[in-house]
Amino acid sequence: MKNPLDSLWGTVISGVVLTVIFFYVAQWLVARTSAGG
Amino acid sequence: MWEELSGAIMRWLHVLVGIMWIGLLYYFNFVNVEAAKQANAAGEGAAISKYVMPRALLFFRWAAVATWIFGAGLLSSIPGPSGLNGFVAAFGLQGNMAPIGIGAWLGTIMLFNVWGIIWPNQQKILGFKPATDEEKAKSRRIAFLASRFNTMLSIPMLWFMVTGPHQSIYH
Repeated sequence: MKNPLDSLWGTVISGVVLTVIFFYVAQWLVARTSAGG
Repeated sequence: MWEELSGAIMRWLHVLVGIMWIGLLYYFNFVNVEAAKQANAAGEGAAISKYVMPRALLFFRWAAVATWIFGAGLLSSIPGPSGLNGFVAAFGLQGNMAPIGIGAWLGTIMLFNVWGIIWPNQQKILGFKPATDEEKAKSRRIAFLASRFNTMLSIPMLWFMVTGPHQSIYH
């Protein structure tokens, strides 16, 4: 499989995908750590 | 008044040097990689290595340090949840500070990437450190991938930098 970082588009798309994943992680963290005060 | 002013100054300096850091990162990835490839093919790449890269890397690596320091200062000036200092709460991914904390962790990984991987390998590529042709070729590949990795991480990192104050999207 080709390394996505070898192309600029692959790099940008990987970054956008990571952003979406981290967004849901952040939502989960806010809910989890805010609930306990 | 003083706390607010120092926070505003920290934010301003953080953004200022952050633009220099990420701007040069994008210059390397979006402009220089392809330009150097074409210049080398035309036998004219030496000038880029001799005059452009050392200067660009100097501002790049020190802007990375300054961005982290002003970011840390800015976080410290913000009160976190449960009486925690903002810096501790962000890096501990606590409550409303979790989103900016993810951005801070990504920025920290990128800083280590600059000083721990990109710069040591660039020193070999540019001849600041002795290296065989084989070592240089290996360093070129490692520095390239580390730089691309940072470009990829900069995308979520910037998302969390700009959305940190917009808490409603995380609830």
